[in-house]
Amino acid sequence: MLKTKDLLGIKELSREEINLILDTAAGFKDVLGRDIKKVPTLRGRTAVNLFFEPSTRTRTSFELAAKRLSTDVINFSVPTSSVVKGESLIDTALTVQALGADLIIIRHSSSGVPHLLSKNLRASIINAGDGTNEHPTQALLDAFTVKEKKGKIEGLTIAIVGDIAHSRVAKSNIYCLTKLGAKVRLIGPPTLIPQEIKMMRVAVFHSMEDGLKEVDVLIMLRIQTERQGKGFFPSIEEYSKNWGITSERLAHARPDVVVMHPGPMNRGIEITSEIADGPHSVILEQVTNGIAVRMAVMYLLAGVKRS
Amino acid sequence: MPKELMNRHDINRALTRIAHEIIEKNKGTKDLCLVGIQRGGVHLAKRLAAEIKAIEKKDIAVGSLDIALYRDDLNIRKKQPVIRRTEVPFEVTDLKIVLVDDVLFTGRSIRAAMDALMDLGRPANIQLTVLIDRGHRELPIKADFVGKNIPTSLNETVEVQLKEEGGRDRVLLKKVKRGA
Repeated sequence: MLKTKDLLGIKELSREEINLILDTAAGFKDVLGRDIKKVPTLRGRTAVNLFFEPSTRTRTSFELAAKRLSTDVINFSVPTSSVVKGESLIDTALTVQALGADLIIIRHSSSGVPHLLSKNLRASIINAGDGTNEHPTQALLDAFTVKEKKGKIEGLTIAIVGDIAHSRVAKSNIYCLTKLGAKVRLIGPPTLIPQEIKMMRVAVFHSMEDGLKEVDVLIMLRIQTERQGKGFFPSIEEYSKNWGITSERLAHARPDVVVMHPGPMNRGIEITSEIADGPHSVILEQVTNGIAVRMAVMYLLAGVKRS
Repeated sequence: MPKELMNRHDINRALTRIAHEIIEKNKGTKDLCLVGIQRGGVHLAKRLAAEIKAIEKKDIAVGSLDIALYRDDLNIRKKQPVIRRTEVPFEVTDLKIVLVDDVLFTGRSIRAAMDALMDLGRPANIQLTVLIDRGHRELPIKADFVGKNIPTSLNETVEVQLKEEGGRDRVLLKKVKRGA
């Protein structure tokens, strides 16, 4: 059983709790492979997708996960342009709770919003991405995929490539994979790997060729093209040339290397189509696993009486 | 002090008899499969399959079913059930399924198991085998094959211990501790 009513970040989870989520997800993945891809487990519960940032895949994945558990799900659309301040944010969330939500899935551009809601609401809060802080369900589905492909996580060498500084996916992955005993490497230009992250039991490489040696799993991050021209890297072409993954570069990794990407991909920039659609890629399996992992999280949070 | 209701030999004899009964009732093993309920029922299903093979010289498919996703008490239980794997590696539609569990009590687990099976396909029929029937049904459910009927009171529990779980084979009757 998880210790708290919320999933705020991987930072807050113990290794045992992470493993419980991954083991539970394996049971739910079985359900997704059947003709009837639905179980009555959370019948009568209500989940609300409260997304203050645009998202299609994560929101859809949560929506589908809720439906597969027989939970009613509502997408609460929030005008993405308006700046929502502390007070009105809590009011919005309290309104959603008063509508009967047992689970509130929140994405917000400010770090720490899920934590704020957690303190003010009875409903279970699931962080679906907060600012540059964390995106815990992405890290959990990545870990689930690695475990499924490699049979274990402990002792594996896993490289995360790209814009670590602005990536909540990277941060959640670093917490998750190090807690599970993987050796984590960060690869990217010095401008995109912040100093404080180097304290997190990781190795840092500023060259793809060096960083990819002996790598079992490669996690490519999406380069946010809006960062171009802000001094982090000179141009998309230059970024792609130095940090994109190509077949020639992948040859430096282990022969059975697995390539992952949280999506959406910039084909031809951080990843070539040859890799994305090639035998090492598990990118589409990550999407399927995302539903199983999110079902597991919802079950573990809402499928129990908490006193 | 727990009371031993069945020992290793009692359990083996009961399983051998049940295996004969299953074959007799189904006139052989055609279209027959065994599905054990996690976890005790899975071990018993495998043993029954071995007994049936010894008698009929035919292999019989065995699956395992996790019923946690179909329970009716999730929002009243304090302890959350662990989700285990459901592994039924064959098409259940048109098969005769013998559901196997260790103890039949309220019947609620069997209701959940039947719902879980129905979501996998449309079996020709579902039969029920239990090692122990301890009474106190809360639903209109009856076992087709029973190892032993044991009248119990509600302040007792029946514990089936199997060697597959690391102990030795036996069935114990225990008093429930207050507040447990």
